[in-house]
Amino acid sequence: MSNVIRRDPRAQWIARNRLHPLHQATVETEVRGPSGLIRKNPHAVGFIGPNGIKRIDRLAGNAAHTTVRRSTSQEAVEVQLPLHTVEQAEFYVAVVVDLVGGRLTSHDKDVLGQGHQLVNASAQNGAVVAVVFAGSDSDIKEQGFDLAGADRLMVITGKEYDGYSPENKIAILQSIDLAISPRHWLFPDSQAGGHELGIRLAARLAERAATGVWKVSADQISCRGGGDLTDISRPLTRILVLAEECADPVDEFRCEAKLMPLEQAPESISRIQDLGPVSVDPSQIALAEAEFILSAGNGIRNWDQFHAVATQLGATEGASRVAVDDGFMPRERQVGATGTWVSARVYVAVGISGAIQHLQGIGQCEKVIAINIDAGCDMVKRANLSVIGDSEEILQALSEKLNQQKVVDDVA
Amino acid sequence: MSHKLQVSVFVSIGQHPKSQRPRRADQDARALEMGLQLVGCYPQLLDLNNLKLIHVGESNEPVLRSYIGMGVPELTLLEQSADCDAVDASVSYLKQQQSRILLTGSRSECGEGSGMFPILLAEKLGWPLVSKVAEVVSLSEDKVEVLQALPRGQRRKLSVSLPCVLTVDSAAALPRQSAYGPASRGMISSVTVTDPVAGVEQWQYAPAQKRPKRLKQVKAKTAADRFKAATAKTQGDGGRVMKSESTDEKAQAILDMLVEEGVLKEAQSS
Repeated sequence: MSNVIRRDPRAQWIARNRLHPLHQATVETEVRGPSGLIRKNPHAVGFIGPNGIKRIDRLAGNAAHTTVRRSTSQEAVEVQLPLHTVEQAEFYVAVVVDLVGGRLTSHDKDVLGQGHQLVNASAQNGAVVAVVFAGSDSDIKEQGFDLAGADRLMVITGKEYDGYSPENKIAILQSIDLAISPRHWLFPDSQAGGHELGIRLAARLAERAATGVWKVSADQISCRGGGDLTDISRPLTRILVLAEECADPVDEFRCEAKLMPLEQAPESISRIQDLGPVSVDPSQIALAEAEFILSAGNGIRNWDQFHAVATQLGATEGASRVAVDDGFMPRERQVGATGTWVSARVYVAVGISGAIQHLQGIGQCEKVIAINIDAGCDMVKRANLSVIGDSEEILQALSEKLNQQKVVDDVA
Repeated sequence: MSHKLQVSVFVSIGQHPKSQRPRRADQDARALEMGLQLVGCYPQLLDLNNLKLIHVGESNEPVLRSYIGMGVPELTLLEQSADCDAVDASVSYLKQQQSRILLTGSRSECGEGSGMFPILLAEKLGWPLVSKVAEVVSLSEDKVEVLQALPRGQRRKLSVSLPCVLTVDSAAALPRQSAYGPASRGMISSVTVTDPVAGVEQWQYAPAQKRPKRLKQVKAKTAADRFKAATAKTQGDGGRVMKSESTDEKAQAILDMLVEEGVLKEAQSS
C-alpha cells in the first residue's frame, strides 16, 4: 500500500492558489501528477518585470538588452580574458615580429598564435618570447602584446635598429640564441623584413630554415616552394619562416607580456648605411598598395583644392564611385567593391557617406578619418576620427596648417 | 689600362607560373638587366668583359641561352647535378675571381625558393648584402648607393661598401628582350663541380595545394550570441566625432592623427 502515490487535494489546492499564505512552501517541492509524473509548474517560471508584468527569460540571461544597448556593448569590450601565466619556462619559442608602423600586423599575430601551438604541442612548460626591434620606445605603438600572445617580451630599442639594419639585428638575435637557446625561431614570411631576418639568422647559425611554411603538425611541416608552384613536406625545423594565416591568432586568453631583459647588447659593425626613405611620387603607387589615401566623394565641390591638398600631404588619391561616374576622377582611382580593394594604413574619406560597397573596399584600412557634413552617415560610424563640417573649409584649414608647418620647419 | 670592377650575375632557371615551362627567371633577368645598365652608365668603372654571367646547375638547358641573348658574350656554367649544393661551388669559384659586386634575384622560381642562396654566399664570403634592390643610384670604386624596394611602393636609399651582394627585387627595371642570334652564338664555358647536399632526402615535393581560406570563426556559446555575430554591422568602436569645434581645431585634430600615424613624410623629414 505504501508504494501507491496518493493525491493530496489540499496541497494541490494550495499549490494552485498563488495567494494562499502557504503557497511558497509548495512551489519548491516537485509536484506529481495523478500518474506519478513530475509536473512542471508554469506559474513558478519567470519573474515579475519592472512594470509588474510577468516575464519569462527563455534565453537564460543572454538576451540582448534593448534598453541599455550602449552600456552592454561597452561591457563586452572590457571583457577580461583569462590570464595565461608561465612561471618558470622550461623552453622558449622566439617570435620576431615585424611591427609595421609600430603595431603588430595580422601576420605577426598569426605567427604568435603558431608559437602557442608549438608550445601546446609539447608536454613541457614553454613560453613564447616576442622579440621587438624599434628605433625608440615611442615608435612602439602596440598596446596589445598580451592579447596577441606574448608570454615574454624582449624590446630592443636603439637608433642602430631603426630603418634597414639587418646586420645589427642579426647580432642581437644571435646573442638571444646564445642566452635562451629557443627551441624554435619563428618569423613572418613578409616583405616587411621578417623573411630576410629569418634566412639571415639561418645562415648565421648555419642551419637550414624552412620558408613559406603554412602548415605545422607534430613533426612535419608543409612549405610553399619557389614561385608558389610546389608544396614541400619536410621534417620540422628549428627556424621557421611562416606564411600568412599559418595558424589562428590567440583569442581565448591573454598572456603576461613580461619584459625580459637582454644582457649586454653585442657590438656590431654595420657596413650598410641607411640614408632614409626617398620620396616617391604618390600617383605612381598602385591604389591597392598605397599606404596613405586621400579619397574624394560626392561632397567635393572644389576639385583643384582637393588635388592640391593631396599633393601637399603626399597622399595617393582615391575616389568613390559617384566621383568617378561624374568624371572627376579616373576609373582606376575608384575605391570599393567595384573598384579597388585598398589596404591603406590611413584612409581619409572626404565627402564620402560610405555606401556598403565602399566600406567593403576599405575593410582592411587601419585608421579611417572621415570629413563629412552629415554626422549620421555610415562612414562616420566606421571612422576612427570624424570631422563634421564643410569639406572645403576643413581642407583649406588643413592646407594652411601644412604650409605653416613647412615654413616653421624651413626656418628651423 | 685602368682597373675595372668585376660584376658577377648569378642566374637560375625559372618556371612560368601558368604553363610551368622553364624560362628566364624574372628577378634574375632583372639582375642581369641591372648589370648591363651599370656597364652602360659607368663605362670608366665597368666593361662588358668584366660582367660575368654565372649559372650553377645542369648543362643542356636551352633557357640559359636567353640570358646570353640579352647582350653578354659568355656564360660560365658551374656544372653539377640537381642534387648538389650550389653555394659551396659558387664560393670556391668566386674566391678565384676578383668580383666586387654580386647581383642575383631575391628568390628562385623553382625548387625550395627560400632565398637563402645569396644570403649564404654573403655569409661565406663575409660580404654585406642588400636585399630587394630596385635601382642603383650611384657607383664608385668602393661604394654603391642603391634604392631598396619597400612594401607599398616605397623606396629607401642605402649606401653599402664594396664588395657586396645585391639581390634584385621584382620592382627593378624590366629586363630587355633576348635576341636569338647572339644567344645562339654566345659561349658557354663549363666547370664541373660536385658537392651533394645533405638533409633533403626526406623532402617530398607535390604540386601546390590550394590553401583553405580562413573563415570568420564565431566562438559564441549561445544562440543569441551567434545571432548577434551574424547580424552585427561592421562598425568601428565609435571613434571620436568632432562636431561643434572650430574648423581650425578640426584640421589640427586631423593633422595630429596623420603625424601620429607617421604618414606625413615630408613634414617629418624636411
